[in-house]
Amino acid sequence: MAELTTTQEKKHLHDVFCQDVMSMPEGSKIKQCQQCGACSGSCPTAYLMDHGPREVIAAFRAGMIDEILKGNTIWLCTSCYSCTVRCPAGIKITDLMYELKRLAIKYDLLPQGAKNAAMTKYFMQSVEKHGRNHELELMAKFMLTKDPTLGPKFALMGLKLFAAGRMPLFAKDIQGAAEIRKLTAYVDSKEVAVP
Amino acid sequence: MKYSYFPGCSAEATGKAYDVSARAVCAKLGIELEELEDWNCCGATSYFSARELLSFAISARNLALAEASGASDLIATCNSCYTVLAKTNKYMSLSPELATEVNEALAQVGRSYKGTVKVRHLAEVLVTDYGLEALAEKVTRRLTGIKVAPYYGCQFTRPMGGDWDDFEFPVTLDKLFEAMGATIVDFPMKTKCCGGMMMLTNADAALKMCHDLLAAVEESGADVVVACCPLCEMNLEAYQPKVNAKYGTSFRIPVLYFTQLAGYALGCDPKDLAIDKQVVPCEAVLAAVPA
Repeated sequence: MAELTTTQEKKHLHDVFCQDVMSMPEGSKIKQCQQCGACSGSCPTAYLMDHGPREVIAAFRAGMIDEILKGNTIWLCTSCYSCTVRCPAGIKITDLMYELKRLAIKYDLLPQGAKNAAMTKYFMQSVEKHGRNHELELMAKFMLTKDPTLGPKFALMGLKLFAAGRMPLFAKDIQGAAEIRKLTAYVDSKEVAVP
Repeated sequence: MKYSYFPGCSAEATGKAYDVSARAVCAKLGIELEELEDWNCCGATSYFSARELLSFAISARNLALAEASGASDLIATCNSCYTVLAKTNKYMSLSPELATEVNEALAQVGRSYKGTVKVRHLAEVLVTDYGLEALAEKVTRRLTGIKVAPYYGCQFTRPMGGDWDDFEFPVTLDKLFEAMGATIVDFPMKTKCCGGMMMLTNADAALKMCHDLLAAVEESGADVVVACCPLCEMNLEAYQPKVNAKYGTSFRIPVLYFTQLAGYALGCDPKDLAIDKQVVPCEAVLAAVPA
């Protein structure tokens, strides 16, 4: 994990976050957060988080975005959208979590032990290759590289699923798989690189 | 009735039974499902977590394909596919800047999307378009005495389904199975998260979620859970032995896709509903349906 050491680096990340959020549909509603905590109270994983979603917004306002990215919070968001539908100010908190995940990946600010970023990467690799996600390929890659202990733990279940015809070994590529790669290359070329 | 159909990646693997039974139900009802030709992955939560514009662009390729085929409605069965496609659709309509950016990307592969397609969930289509009365009339095996716990999970209505059902307490499946004669149990956890992909990245957290859900199902006295998302179904069904090992419980609760149980009520052959693809046996539930 890279470290944000200087004030300028922190300020830069704060500004990028701000700019990205403001460009999202209804993103400016973040200004109306009144710190009521409905988000944290609704979150099924808040009990495991270093900072609940309410504190994420408070920390961002205090210029402490690095504090959030250092912690486990964003990687525990399951995208259940409970906070988003309950927020009385209409803030799309799940989208804020996605934005923070994107920043953490882009700037290589992943805390130790955060495996989700690898999962995300392998998922995208599968889609770029085949046009669709091949579940077995994704799981195998993830287990082999990130958590070899999962293999034996999941072997029995995997066999049951295979026996039930729910775990095909090979992927079929769609005709448009090349289009996915082209879209990816195009968006890559448009996006601003990390300074 | 004719619709464009987006099966989603799980339909080809762990969620095969959902795809098979959804097609069987629609065939039985005379609803024509035309699979969207050469559809790609919706992007799921993974793309949103890594790349914003790209996630909308690859999701929109599907919307562009549907629009070009002349379809007005694109039906998804997976909650996550439904949410991602509907969200892309909505955000593109809310933000002309985003719509322009996405279309600039699509232009690179010779496609465009004007925004004319409506993304819908199969459960909502059955209840709204086909109608409860018409459904009830088609039932040949009434589910009398069968206690059903409809499990909606997160992304059924949250956050995209607010126009047609409730975020917190949806009733689409309740109504559907009530019309088929079943008894709907009180299941307050019906929109709580199953853990989703976290089952691989943070198994302890996800197993706790599944444990709490299964305990609530047991307390409700339900004979069977019906699910409407491949990830929910997989976590709740296939991980029961793991939950049991961790919590010392002995759950063996049948979990079916809602299309499997609905298909059975509509008189489909269990073979055509891929009932044999379940990991927790559910034949006893079907046997309890009065002949």
